[in-house]
Amino acid sequence: MALYLPIAEMSVNIFVLLGMGAAVGFLSGMFGVGGGFLITPLLIFYNIPPAVAVATGANQVVASSVSGVLSHFKRGTVDIKLGFMLLIGGIVGSSIGVWVFSLLRTLGQLDLIVSVLYVVFLGTVGGLMMLESVRAMMRSRAGGSVSLRRPGAHMWIHKLPFKMRFKASKLYVSVIPVLGLGTMIGVLASIMGVGGGFIMVPAMIYLLKVPTNVVIGTSLFQIIFVAAYTTVVHATTNRTVDVVLALLLMMGSVVGAQYGAKVGQRLRGEQLRALLAGLVLLVALRLGYALFVVPDEIYSVSREFLL
Amino acid sequence: MRAAAASLVFLLALLPLAVSAQEPDPKPAPEPVAPSVEPSPQAASGAELPERIEIGLSTEIIAITSDFSGVELTIFGAVDNIDPLIQRQGRYDVAVILEGPTSNLVTRRKERVLGIWMNVDSQAFINVPESFLIASTRPPQDMTDLGTMARLSLGVEQIRLRSYEPDTADEADVLDFTQALRRLKEEGNLYEEFPAGVRFISQSLFRAQLRLPANVPLGRHTARAYLFRQGVLVAQTQSSLDIRKAGVEFQIYEAAQNRSLLYGMASVALAFLVGWLGRVMFRKD
Repeated sequence: MALYLPIAEMSVNIFVLLGMGAAVGFLSGMFGVGGGFLITPLLIFYNIPPAVAVATGANQVVASSVSGVLSHFKRGTVDIKLGFMLLIGGIVGSSIGVWVFSLLRTLGQLDLIVSVLYVVFLGTVGGLMMLESVRAMMRSRAGGSVSLRRPGAHMWIHKLPFKMRFKASKLYVSVIPVLGLGTMIGVLASIMGVGGGFIMVPAMIYLLKVPTNVVIGTSLFQIIFVAAYTTVVHATTNRTVDVVLALLLMMGSVVGAQYGAKVGQRLRGEQLRALLAGLVLLVALRLGYALFVVPDEIYSVSREFLL
Repeated sequence: MRAAAASLVFLLALLPLAVSAQEPDPKPAPEPVAPSVEPSPQAASGAELPERIEIGLSTEIIAITSDFSGVELTIFGAVDNIDPLIQRQGRYDVAVILEGPTSNLVTRRKERVLGIWMNVDSQAFINVPESFLIASTRPPQDMTDLGTMARLSLGVEQIRLRSYEPDTADEADVLDFTQALRRLKEEGNLYEEFPAGVRFISQSLFRAQLRLPANVPLGRHTARAYLFRQGVLVAQTQSSLDIRKAGVEFQIYEAAQNRSLLYGMASVALAFLVGWLGRVMFRKD
């Protein structure tokens, strides 16, 4: 069934998009991630203009994060204070990011930069995760216990001033890395159309030493607001949020996520991480390949430019 | 008396007919019967009113709905005061142009940099028609001379694409960009010629058929019609057509453009609602 997207200005198949949402939702439920990093590249592969894909991806992330955070609130695995501090950084970062996004668009480099950022971040995160999970699998086979948290291993980050106490996370750290991390994620969120969970979660675990059980809930909590803010800013400055497209993706992903979560509970942590890493690497490879392959058409026409 | 005048007009009209009928004939033309009694054109135009052309669009607004995938647009028109003899010889030609709103565009060209294909050079163009569709009774180059074609933009090749800052750029390069822009527009069916798109359905009535592509630009389009008699422009007219989005899509588009803050907040609210609903509906844990 064909549907006309009012902002992307193209006809799409309604079932393809619902299916795309459901597939990403399934995976995000299974792995406990927002899925923005899968939605945006998939939309680009489906010929949605990258500017629309990014802004609409941010909107979809709001829905999947709201859906995800509710169960974390119920279990009390959200550090609201930490989430709030990350959020302050996130708002600043998102504002910078949207500005950069507009600039890149007028320079004609947006599509390239979005692809490059995806390749770099997905490649790095996917590669590290793959290494870590393979090692963990080997260790657990050898009979050792697997723990992501290594308390006591203090780094330079923990020597910075302006320390703050985060009770739910049992942390006493400087706000500088917290705000810095939030800002960085905010910039990425607005340029890449992602929630940033795939960077936020490892960064919180390895850099801030946040306990694993509150990491996902806290990350989701702050992503909701950063993604919501990013959506509004994209809507007002670039006018590239396609609400019809977003609605289709949201409906698909929210349903898919419920089934994904059930499957995820049956898999073991290391296996799950290895699978996710494989998926992330696959998306990175596909996007990277497109950068090097000779394009069919070297000319393009655009309305966005600076005189 | 009136009959006499009519026959006079008829006779005068016969002369150009005789001359023109010989043109396709490769045999040497016989001398005109009486060159000294050349039929004075003043007499002819004095007796006849000048030709006129009119077009009527069946609608002034075309609304694009969610299932829009292009549409065949028919423009009816009439020519008045035509010379029936010239008409019978098929020496009247009509061209109808539907030109979309103009905008400033940029054409970019990708090059390989460190193995990666990226946009490097670009050329801006000012007031480029977003779309340009031309229907005519014959291919325009058979209707009139090149000068007139260029002046009236009768054809895709004749669309004026004005480059921004042409002095500072390399001329050959600008030409490449201009051709690329024209070609991309043609590939998107936004610039298209319909060389047999205009048909006379009676002596004085004609019908022009154009195909609006699925990605037809929104806004005010101008329809121009030209009447040629034996290759000479004798009459022209113009009319306008508004292409809009209709229904829910139109309202969404309008809101995104004009009430963007509200639109953005509504999008977020919708996301909250869908996310929460999903949780509530599937809550089993």
